[in-house]
Amino acid sequence: MKVTTQQFREEARKALGDEILQRALAKAKPGFINKRKKAVDALPEFDALRADARAITEHALAHLDYYLERFEANVVANGGVVHWARTADEANQIILGICEAAGAHSVIKGKSMIAEEMALNESLEGAGLEVVETDLGEYIIQLAEEYPSHIIAPAAHKTREQITELFYKHHRQYGKTKRQTEPKALVDEARSVLRDKFLNADVGITGANFLVAESGANVLVTNEGNGDLTSTLPRVHIVTAAIDKVIPDLEDLSTLLRVLARSATGQEMSSYTTLYNGSRRPGDLDGPEEYHVVLLDNGRSALLGSEFHEMLRCIRCGACLNHCPVYGAIGGHAYGWVYPGPMGAVLTSLMLGTDEAPDLANACSLNGRCNEVCPLRIPLPRMLRDLRAIQFQQGGRGVRGKFALQVWAFFASRPNLYHASTSLMVKVWRRLAGKRGVSTFAPFAGGWTAHRDLPVPEGKTFTQRWKRERGRTQ
Amino acid sequence: MTEVDEVIDPNALRVGLFVTCIADLYRPNVGFAALYLLEEAGCRVDVPLGQTCCGQPAWNSGDQDSARVVAKTVIKSFEPYPYIVAPSGSCSGMIRIHYPKLFATDSKWRARAEAVAGRCYELTSFLTDVLGVDTVSARYEGSVTYHDSCSGLREMGVREQPRHLLKSVDGLELRELDERDACCGFGGAFSVKYPDISGRLVSDKCADIASTQADTVLGGDLGCLLNIAGRLRREGKHTRVFHVAEVLADMTDLPGVGEDDTS
Repeated sequence: MKVTTQQFREEARKALGDEILQRALAKAKPGFINKRKKAVDALPEFDALRADARAITEHALAHLDYYLERFEANVVANGGVVHWARTADEANQIILGICEAAGAHSVIKGKSMIAEEMALNESLEGAGLEVVETDLGEYIIQLAEEYPSHIIAPAAHKTREQITELFYKHHRQYGKTKRQTEPKALVDEARSVLRDKFLNADVGITGANFLVAESGANVLVTNEGNGDLTSTLPRVHIVTAAIDKVIPDLEDLSTLLRVLARSATGQEMSSYTTLYNGSRRPGDLDGPEEYHVVLLDNGRSALLGSEFHEMLRCIRCGACLNHCPVYGAIGGHAYGWVYPGPMGAVLTSLMLGTDEAPDLANACSLNGRCNEVCPLRIPLPRMLRDLRAIQFQQGGRGVRGKFALQVWAFFASRPNLYHASTSLMVKVWRRLAGKRGVSTFAPFAGGWTAHRDLPVPEGKTFTQRWKRERGRTQ
Repeated sequence: MTEVDEVIDPNALRVGLFVTCIADLYRPNVGFAALYLLEEAGCRVDVPLGQTCCGQPAWNSGDQDSARVVAKTVIKSFEPYPYIVAPSGSCSGMIRIHYPKLFATDSKWRARAEAVAGRCYELTSFLTDVLGVDTVSARYEGSVTYHDSCSGLREMGVREQPRHLLKSVDGLELRELDERDACCGFGGAFSVKYPDISGRLVSDKCADIASTQADTVLGGDLGCLLNIAGRLRREGKHTRVFHVAEVLADMTDLPGVGEDDTS
């Protein structure tokens, strides 16, 4: 995919003016927020579960090497193969190698953000393989030649009318010549087209919500069941997962599943929660002949123990996106890479570097709602502020107004000088404003008046009045 | 105003009022309203003149050195006071939550920052949670809605306190916003650096305010209120904007934030 993080401002502006996108966002947002709230309110022990979930992930991260090796040993014992990839490129090469060895021509995929991070589709298609997404949202954006705008609802930016047109255009080749407008008819049509793809694919690739060390299971949560068909029908099943997905055991899994679905979609449990333990065993009626797990680092191990360590607790529920006012206003694509919203602003800044993504850490009002709803209580605002501090120290492109801040600090640390200056400023400002309560220009802060007026100070400063009315204290 | 609990030592009620730079510059009435409310509740209030700003603009811009320089002036000014109170969730949050982080690795200043931080309160929370004030004597004829500032809400736990006090204001009817948890888009420098996104958030906020049909919007943070008032005026709306302290202190006999001076 084309990384457009450098064009954040321009993309955000376009998104704000895109009426169709705005309609889709307005429709999606209250649903996510209300459903989560309802689910959380109905579970008095939700906060206790969150604390448990946090402890589980912290424990797993503190012993990541141990649990990853244990996971590998159990996958191998179950007849599977584990591949270790340091970079996205290495992971793509491993997967191409598996496909080539299997003589594969066609690949079906379940939803996987890691695969997006790797740009796996481009890699597979570049090698001449047919790739078909089977998650409905992913399928829609594949037809539209786009990428996900939300980590759990990849086509959240699409309206039903757009989907109707996409299906009409792309499904004619399968004899579907009617414009379907009802959700059920659209889903049925996609299902019927995808059914053949499922049955004829050589390789199925899925992501993983969790990896269970004690059993070697890969856990997949979906609401469509497409992950199960992708995993069991083709001859070869490949799982792509980041190393921070590993957890110790099934007890831990049940805790994490309980917070995940509630935080993500407001469900108590997702419709399908499946644990995959490997390839078909003798006597099994179905299942793949080969089972591979590709474990990707891609910079994550470097975060361990750093000030951004806590980002590795993320279970990709999307709650921070759903509650972020900025995401709600501009949608996911403006962020310019795979991960949008608060978690994306942090991850993208870390994975691509703040020079590549200068705006992401800054385009946030630090309102803190993401941190409030994050089931793992990841301190996203703190991390965004830390990223700003790193940018400021490095003096990169995201830093603006450095000189102004230093001038301000000079005055603000000299109270007498400061108060003399503000008194003068207010006097001049009041004179210019006359009796008007607002001005339509803002000295040194032109951005302010693009969409709003600037209130004019009331009169003399508090300090001036206080000195006059009460005399000097202290 | 109710009597202060007898068991509180009068000497312990010495309060250093942190006026905040925005109130000092834009809206002194908020500072005087806070002063009045605290004195009515039995506090002995000082306004140390060494205060300027809490340092938040630099802290949120990643300029930690400038933030520390400014924070030190605040710490020095307010160290003598058993209580530090600010009519702002954002500025009190900066002092209470962020000062200890700002000086986390500074062996000389860390303890001083923590001491000041632990004694810092948002005004309505101090009045209700610490002093146990239940009622005020004030009158405000009209329907009001309330904007919760994000830092007040999430850093200082301020939600019910201002509403509790507003209940005793004669003539006032509170109409809640649909999205009480939503940011108004101020975010300090965010509003200037990303005007389009910020503008969108504040226009959503103003739409929510309009749908309550309240004739006044109140809040506990002047940053948000300047933002909201600025947008309301740009939209040509006449919804009045006051800081909650001004209403609680019955000091609303002046143009609201962003209103023309008709005197």
